[in-house]
Amino acid sequence: MSLVLDSGEITRALKRISHEILERNHGVSSLVLMGIPTRGRFIAQRLSEMIAEIESPVPCGTLDITMHRDDHRLRAPRALMETVMPMGGIEGKDVVLVDDVLFSGRTIRAALDALGELGRPRSVQLAVLVDRGHRELPIRADFVGKNIPTSLKESVKVYLTEHDGRDLVEIETVEE
Amino acid sequence: MKHLLSIHDLSVEQALDILDTAAQLEGLTSGAVKKLPTLRGRTVVNLFFEDSTRTRLSFESAAKRLSADVTNFTAKGSSVSKGESLKDTAQTLQAMGADAIVIRHPASGAANRLAESGWVSSAIINAGDGTHEHPTQALLDAFTIRKHFGPTMRDFSSLKVAIVGDILHSRVARSNIALLQMLGAKVTVIAPPTLIPLGIEEWGAPFSYDFDSELEEFDVVMMLRVQLERMNESFFPNGREYSRGYGLDESRLARLKPGAIVMHPGPMNRGLEISAASADSIRSVVVEQVANGVLVRMAVLYQLLGGPDLNSTGGTQ
Repeated sequence: MSLVLDSGEITRALKRISHEILERNHGVSSLVLMGIPTRGRFIAQRLSEMIAEIESPVPCGTLDITMHRDDHRLRAPRALMETVMPMGGIEGKDVVLVDDVLFSGRTIRAALDALGELGRPRSVQLAVLVDRGHRELPIRADFVGKNIPTSLKESVKVYLTEHDGRDLVEIETVEE
Repeated sequence: MKHLLSIHDLSVEQALDILDTAAQLEGLTSGAVKKLPTLRGRTVVNLFFEDSTRTRLSFESAAKRLSADVTNFTAKGSSVSKGESLKDTAQTLQAMGADAIVIRHPASGAANRLAESGWVSSAIINAGDGTHEHPTQALLDAFTIRKHFGPTMRDFSSLKVAIVGDILHSRVARSNIALLQMLGAKVTVIAPPTLIPLGIEEWGAPFSYDFDSELEEFDVVMMLRVQLERMNESFFPNGREYSRGYGLDESRLARLKPGAIVMHPGPMNRGLEISAASADSIRSVVVEQVANGVLVRMAVLYQLLGGPDLNSTGGTQ
């Protein structure tokens, strides 16, 4: 097990992402954040607070993607999580999807479908805390906290205070 | 969970899981697009040997909103009227590739028979079997109660529920008593002596012949339909006398405590067990029950069919 990001580094990465989001979108006028449960939701909330400190508040929602997954036939049904529309909706907005780890890209594909059912944003961007590679779909992140090259035998664990009581990212080697 | 045959098959956690899933589905299907892709390519067969409006339509729209294919089968106009047995009918459906069979049958235990006989490998959902059980009705009633008394409630012990009327013939009563007691609610059964089944003491719910004595204490009053089609002898002298003793009329409605709700699984015999004014009053949640039925049945279909193929051998992962 090895430490990748500590609490200070997570905060600094998210601050940088906040600035990058503002820079790319020329402010907050049509910006909306959508966090993907479980942990993407808390990251989205943090980003929205940081962006509020830098400029002005930005609406923040939650997007559950369970019903749009492509692996229903492979595993037991999962419990659904909450979907919360951001204030003002997503129609015609610049939506930034937020997740903790970008891996195969399948979650994001499902998220794009789920988003399409809620409305038609003007653009969709992607912010992740960790990009660990091994994409299985043509998807990339616009904002990345840290690129971590991994092997498929490793798993990336993200811990966030709101959910796990501490801020930490580490790599674990999975026993075969 | 492979089948849903009876409330007794469910643990408290599984029941609450279904209710939670239904609540989340409500958020997902309230937008412009009501359809989710989750069960694309799955086939749900509605196998109805008994008349139904609500339950069949409800299962049909639940399956369609999850993008499953739906085939409706009603005994009338099918080979059942030529004497085809349940076994042969079921095997025909199996050959057509049914992933789930939703069955309603006038014989108690028909769903269990189908599930346990090995005739088919589909998931079986009991949509009412004789006077035995109707589990999805109980789940949608619990969901409706939860929406009124606390959407995330995991313990119903603060609630007093009256289930009133034709208990003897009611599968809805059996499933509801089982589920509500499992969730902790205090259930009282109220009916004339002729419509109380033998051995009711074993159900664990107190019963009474008097609708009026505790009326002010109930949070939920669930009226049952008088099932005239199952009555081949007279259980009460006439409709007017039944209404006077056990019908929810205006004067009884006025005595209910503030915030109490009136439920009915439908179809209603207006003027018999429930007066038109009570059925249409603001306390009545009958129409809501129907809307909630679709959500709860979506949750059940998702739990049963959302996982690996039942017919495939040796799954991955």
